[in-house]
Amino acid sequence: MLQRVVRSTIIDAPIERVWAVLRDFNSHDHWHNVVDSSRIEGEERSDQVGCIRSFSLKDGNRIREQLLTLDDHQHKSTYCIVDATVPLIRYVATITLKPVTDGNRTFWHWESTFGTPPGRERELSNMVSQGVYEAGFENLRRHLAVGGDLLVPGSSHMAMPRALPVHSRRIVVAQYGGAEQLVPQDGEAPAPGPGELRIRQRAIGVNYIDVYLRKGWIPQMLAPYGTPGMEAAGTVIDVGEGVHGFMPGDRVAYIGPLPGGYCSVRSVPAAWVVQLPPAVEDASAASMLLKGITADYLLRDLGHVRPGTRLLVHAAAGGVGLLLCGWARSLGARVIGTVSSEEKARTAREHGCEQVIVTRDYRFADGVLRQWPEGAEVIVDGLGEAARQENFVALARCGHWISLGQATGALQPISTDWLAQKSATFSRPVAFDYVATPALMAERAQRLWAVLADGSVKAPPIERWSLDAAARAHERLESRATIGALVLVA
Amino acid sequence: MIQIYVSSVIDAGADTVWSRIRDFNALPQWHPAIADSRIENNEPSDRVGCIRHFHTRDGGMIRERLLALSDYDFSCSYEIIESPMGVDNYVATLKLTPVTDGTRCFAEWSAEFDCTEGREAELTQTIGNGVFQSGFDALKRHFERR
Repeated sequence: MLQRVVRSTIIDAPIERVWAVLRDFNSHDHWHNVVDSSRIEGEERSDQVGCIRSFSLKDGNRIREQLLTLDDHQHKSTYCIVDATVPLIRYVATITLKPVTDGNRTFWHWESTFGTPPGRERELSNMVSQGVYEAGFENLRRHLAVGGDLLVPGSSHMAMPRALPVHSRRIVVAQYGGAEQLVPQDGEAPAPGPGELRIRQRAIGVNYIDVYLRKGWIPQMLAPYGTPGMEAAGTVIDVGEGVHGFMPGDRVAYIGPLPGGYCSVRSVPAAWVVQLPPAVEDASAASMLLKGITADYLLRDLGHVRPGTRLLVHAAAGGVGLLLCGWARSLGARVIGTVSSEEKARTAREHGCEQVIVTRDYRFADGVLRQWPEGAEVIVDGLGEAARQENFVALARCGHWISLGQATGALQPISTDWLAQKSATFSRPVAFDYVATPALMAERAQRLWAVLADGSVKAPPIERWSLDAAARAHERLESRATIGALVLVA
Repeated sequence: MIQIYVSSVIDAGADTVWSRIRDFNALPQWHPAIADSRIENNEPSDRVGCIRHFHTRDGGMIRERLLALSDYDFSCSYEIIESPMGVDNYVATLKLTPVTDGTRCFAEWSAEFDCTEGREAELTQTIGNGVFQSGFDALKRHFERR
């Protein structure tokens, strides 16, 4: 009579981590105490369907098992005994993992059917259910708890099997032009290379630079059929060779100097990536990381903002604007914002502006000088050419004009004579130079999470669109309709 | 097609939890977001094909048809006929699986449906969190330390 054994457990580790160990058909001698030593026969890989593992147990028995099914989508592995010194007849087993979304844990289901010689049913069923399955649960749990699945550099016998490409939905810029040129496409994300992480992206930040790239304003950064997107948040699927400090299942976010973020799975250099604290959600991270890091370096490293500093912020109700206003205010600075509608003015005031100027045609200098006769000491300018003259008039003597973006058009060259008229400083920073090392990146991110967590800076509102609706998100951004930050959800 | 999947672990045997949730008309008894429920046309609540007509606590009215019921798999599937949520072709499955390691079970609630573009995240929150996870949270509370 056919025996059937079913055992299951919950492992307190993310499914990606548990699966990374279990999908390797030859990993069991590293974590299962009942296994003495194991090897894959022939020249085959341990994730090759059809490969045979030949192993000995600590009690001296020998077994050869063949891998029949490997399913990275359903986290399933089926194998059978080919021959063995233990009388398990036509033994077929399946391991299935499922995610426990409530707590980022894993449900592990292990079952098999087999025949036995008459009279030995109970003995052999117990051996399988307790000696193999339940012991296996305990052993793998302990193995993961001590980080036994981390790669040991230079140790070739623990090399990860070559991981498979994974389906990825992505947005490409069909040709330079309007929002309608953002087109969804199916593709594949290859396995992470050395120094890279492959991330299942859940939320992708939309930034104005994505619009510039889509229009073809920076062709060396994005060619037609390229994918825009500079930041995202999600979960690590797997890691490439030589990566330390990240494991499958970790919740992470990144900003990078090269576009490619508008997709559901992406491999990126680990140097770009930070861990996310549990309290920060994917959409918050993706909508705020680049903007928050921008606010951090603008206020600290460039603007040297101190109590009383007079700061003029354009597009004050945008993603960067709201973060800047609130953060500057919390540092004791005084902020005037410019926006294009009354509704935006309300939001900008709520986030810390002492005064907001509503203007649709970039006329604000008079308003600034009425409030601050000596002008603005620091101007954070995302507008560009159309506001050039007004910015010059509003700037205080010895003031610092920081050109962050050029939504109204590329700034014509600024002459040194012009700067001399006010002893002005002019900067044109690019965020990525201010996070040149992973340590600096992590430090800025920590400061951002801290001011959001302690409430000294309010998170901007977030508007969500599905990844496939990226064109609509760009339309919203360019129509100046949005308040706060835009995020694509994958 | 949008897919939502929520899973959790409840500290009671699958058969015990199943007996609390198997009645298609019993949502108000165990789900905090449901105010009342009745089966249309006086049909028994375990007849596959019957329709439950219920109200959520915020006043919404929903009608769902029972598509599948299994005491062997501890699972049931149902589809939405009418609801204020703006979803089409909505089919959901609620399933329990014993965890043999301890007296507990693995609970899964999943749904597949169509909706207009841009509404995914909102519906994932309303359904995944507001219906599925909060249902599991209520069951977890009910069965803790018994």
